[in-house]
Parts: sequence; C-alpha cells; structure tokens
Amino acid sequence: MATVFFKTGDDISTDVIYPGRYMATVLPTETPQFAFADNAEVNGKLKAKQVAPGSVIVAGKNFGCGSSREQACSCLKGYELTIVAKGFARIFLQNSINLGLNLITAPDIEANEGDELEITGDKVVNKTTGKTFATIPLPAARQAIIDAGGLIAYTRKRVVENAARA
Amino acid sequence: MGRTVVEKILARASGRASVSAGDVVEPRVDLAMSHENAALVLNQFHAVFLGTDLEPKIWDPSRIAIIFDHRVPAESPKTASNQKKVREFVAKHGITRFHDVRGDEGGICHQILPENGYVRPGAVVVGTDSHTTSHGALNAFAFGIGATEMASVWSLGVALNIEVPQTIKVVVDGKFAPEVGPKDLILHLVGLLTAEGANYRVIEFHGETIRDMPTSGRLTLCNMSVEAGATSGIVPGDAETLRYLREEARVTDDVIEMVLPDADAVYERVVEIDAAKLAPQIACPHTVDNVKPVDAVVGTRVHQVVIGSCTNGRLDDIEVAARILKGRRVAKGTRMLVFPASGRIFQEAIERGYVSELMKAGAVVMNSGCGPCLGVHEGALGDGETALSTTNRNFKGRMGNPTSDVYLCSPAVAAASALTGVITDPRVGV
Ligand code: SF4
Repeated sequence: MATVFFKTGDDISTDVIYPGRYMATVLPTETPQFAFADNAEVNGKLKAKQVAPGSVIVAGKNFGCGSSREQACSCLKGYELTIVAKGFARIFLQNSINLGLNLITAPDIEANEGDELEITGDKVVNKTTGKTFATIPLPAARQAIIDAGGLIAYTRKRVVENAARA
Repeated sequence: MGRTVVEKILARASGRASVSAGDVVEPRVDLAMSHENAALVLNQFHAVFLGTDLEPKIWDPSRIAIIFDHRVPAESPKTASNQKKVREFVAKHGITRFHDVRGDEGGICHQILPENGYVRPGAVVVGTDSHTTSHGALNAFAFGIGATEMASVWSLGVALNIEVPQTIKVVVDGKFAPEVGPKDLILHLVGLLTAEGANYRVIEFHGETIRDMPTSGRLTLCNMSVEAGATSGIVPGDAETLRYLREEARVTDDVIEMVLPDADAVYERVVEIDAAKLAPQIACPHTVDNVKPVDAVVGTRVHQVVIGSCTNGRLDDIEVAARILKGRRVAKGTRMLVFPASGRIFQEAIERGYVSELMKAGAVVMNSGCGPCLGVHEGALGDGETALSTTNRNFKGRMGNPTSDVYLCSPAVAAASALTGVITDPRVGV
C-alpha cells in the first residue's frame, strides 16, 4: 500500500520538477534537495523526511515534459518515490527507466492526496475510493534494462561482453 | 510497403534491409552531443566501468561533440569547476569536436553542430538536450537523451532499445504574409497538436513552404517539434539542404546523399497547413501549446524582450530585429536583450551593422550562449514581471522566476513590442 502525498496536473515540466537554477548540481546524491524546489510545501516535506519511501505522486498527462535534464529523475529517485501519471513525456520515461525511478502509466487514474493506492502488475487500486485503474506495461525492450538493475549495469554487462569478444 | 525518412535512416543505421514503426532497433550513432551536462555524463560513464578490470574508453572520440553553452562564461564556481572537469576529460580522451567558451567558435550547441557541418543527411544524432530535434532540419534523425543514456552511447557506440517511431506528416503550402514566418508556423503547429500530441512520434515536414524555406527556418521548426512531444522533426533533404551544407557549413565531402521518404510511405496521420492564412502567433503562459494569434494579447505590458536562443538567434532573426529597431528606441521601462546563437553569427551581425543598430536603439547585446533562455545565467525576471521571448519554452519558472510570465513569439513580434513596451502586431507598423 502506498500513500499519495502530492497530486498535480497535466504537462508538469522538468523546469517545475527540478528548476534550471540548480542544474549545475548533477550528482544523484546531491539532487534530491532541489526536488520541486519552487514548491515550498512539497520540497519542505521531502527534505524534512516526512514522506515515506514508496509514497506516490499522482499526475496528469505528459509528466516530465521539456528539458532532458536527468536531475528531474534522480531527485525523485533519491526519495524512492513512485509516480503514477496519465502519461509521461518520452525522455523523462526513458531516464526514469535508466535510473530505476518507478513510473506507472495509468491513463484514467483518479486519486487525491492522502488516498491509499495498491499498485500491482497491471492495475492500480485506489483503496480509498474503491476504484480500479488499468495500467499500460512498459515495452519489453525497456523491461530488459530494469531487469538488469538500470542502464549502467546493463551497459556494463555489454561492455564486458564486447571486451571478451574482442 | 513504403518507408518514412526515419524508417530508412534507422534501417541503415541498424544494418537491416528495412524496419517499420514499432520495431525495436539498436542503431549505431554517428554523432553524440553534450553540453555542460557532460559533467554528469562522464560521472555515469566512469560508473559503467566500475568493478570491471577495463579502462574507461570512449568507443569513438571523433564522434563526440561537447559544446559549452548553458552557462557561459561560468556564472558560479560550481559551473566553472564542472567545466574544468569536462575540459580535462576532453583532453584525456582526445575529443576534437569540443567548443569551449570562445568568441570565434563558441555558441549554442544546436547552432554549432549545423554550422560546422557535424550533422549530415541520414545520420543518427543523439544529444543530452531535448532540442537535439533541431538537427532534423539537415535530414538527420536527431533526438534528445538523458546523461546516463549518453554514458551508454559513449561506451557502446549504439543507442539501445530504440523503438522505430510513427511519423506524422505535416504539409505546409502557401506563402507567409509579411512579418509572419517559421516561428509562427511552429507555434501554430504546437498549439494544434498540443504539448503531447506528437509524443513518441516524428514530425516530417513537407510542402512548398518548407521547400522555399532556408535551413535557418527549418532549424526553428525542428527545434520546437519537441514542444509537441516529438522525438524528432525531420525535413527530407533537398537543394537547400545541399546549399547549406556546402556554402554555410563548408562541407567538402564528395557525395552527400539525401534520405527521402517513399511516395507510398505510411504515416500515422497527415496535417495540412496553409501558411498564407497564418497571423503572428503567441504562446501564452505557462505552456507552449497555449497558442493564440497575436490579436488576442496585443497591449499586454512587457518588461523584458528577449531575442536569441537555439530557436531564433540566427543571423536572419537578428536582421529582422535590426530592421524594425533601426533609428528608433526601445520603450522606457522595457529591457531588450539580444543573444546571437554563435560567435560566428555574432561577428556577421557586427559586420553587417546589426549590432550597432540594436545597441543604438537601446538593446543589450549579450555573448553567444543560452543566456536568459533557461533562467540560470543572466537576464532574470523580477517578481510578477512579464517577458516576451523568441525562445522555445514558457513553463513556470523557465526564465528563473516562478512568479513571472513568459510569452513566446517570433523576432518580428519581439522587436515591434520592444518599441512600444506592450505586445504589438508587427504588421500594424509601430
Ligand atoms: S538556448 Fe535555451 S532551449 Fe536552446 S539549448 Fe540553450 S537552454 Fe536549451
């Protein structure tokens, strides 16, 4: 079971998730402090560790649109959050897969802050409202990266294989 | 079955006879571009080799381009130190397509790549910047990726698990009215498709308006294709592509081969636009697809006008601004900032007298780079202020202040509005 701690709308850009002012900070260990930096309430709760790992952000369509900055994923990954959205922008989705940030695409999701969600293989059940929402699975090719433990591990495997063959 | 441009490029790059939308391929990469975020890429690149007994090695240093543009000259010790780290890496690994902070060969990555002939028709180009879509203007398949994915490309020389995208065909016919141009067209298209309407798709541009359009305008179109969510914009190669590569990018290859779609290529859908009917367009706060004809917002007070960026910082953009501002003054209470997209463009603008005209009118002409576009470096907005900008994004906080408003427009609208201090239709005369 996971609690929705923040609900937001459509077209939330990476400028909102991780403002450009903090782009000089790049290391995944340092980016979490600037997650939603312009939203004092959300940023404050995260930094004060008031949000349990596994907690959920519920969003509308096209979450993570705009800049390709990977900090927008690593800052959320730092708190081990799950994002359930009606849809994700392409680069944000790929970056999240690469870094192991948990994204769930549920095109009809309805949930409010404080709701309890149960996320399983192919659906999200909102335990608070009793409604069930179908999810769209990741393309198989992307699942391979997740199964390897992220893109760095996946690439490492390939590099070692290539070296052995050479 | 006929193939689109992207299907043909990906087939060739992945060594297959043909591919179609939905197939998963692993194309070899012809060019891999990063900017300051190479600092993160090299961190992830070193992580790839951790725990192996292999020395970190780039698959082909000649295919890597690194351009400092986002915060130049460095605005903070942190940025300066990141840049220093990247410089050392560049020297160690023998990366030659490196553009440091310089007035002769520096500038914004999406201008540096085309003007130096780094992008060729048919190439697969990846960049750690979402506006890498720009390079489709030269008939390449060019798309943005994250830093970790770039570390993977540096290690392997291929892009992993690429799903061949569907293509939306956009056909544009008709002649633009005076003071209307490529920026108005792409703003209109983003409004039409919406911010996610082209997600996971490629936009292929066709029609007489595109054929008559210089590469500069095509770069504007492909640049902002990502604002509709597109993986890339692509223009089928033609005589203008060849002219640009030979005359402006100074490419001397014996053969330059264009990639054209088959006549019976399969498109997800076709969108037709009559360019002659377009008025100047404005994207209103806080989403790029909130697009209206200029009439809807004429008279809105503007505190800062910005002309520049990878979208509209080229010579013809600066020329439009200089023509409109020549012999006149920027309105009191309005600041006008102009930042040419590259050192080369800046010098040409000086030689043609544009810089002098702009400065006499009251504009501040800034060094080439991303400048105010992403709100970290210079030209920040005060609380509650409004900017009118030829850049490509108006998200909340984009220009550095989440309480400000950003409207997006063409260079003609920006220049006309700088004279009046309110959003102004350049067709009306000011
Ligand atoms: S000018 Fe703006 S949009 Fe273009 S690369 Fe720089 S920050 Fe990105």
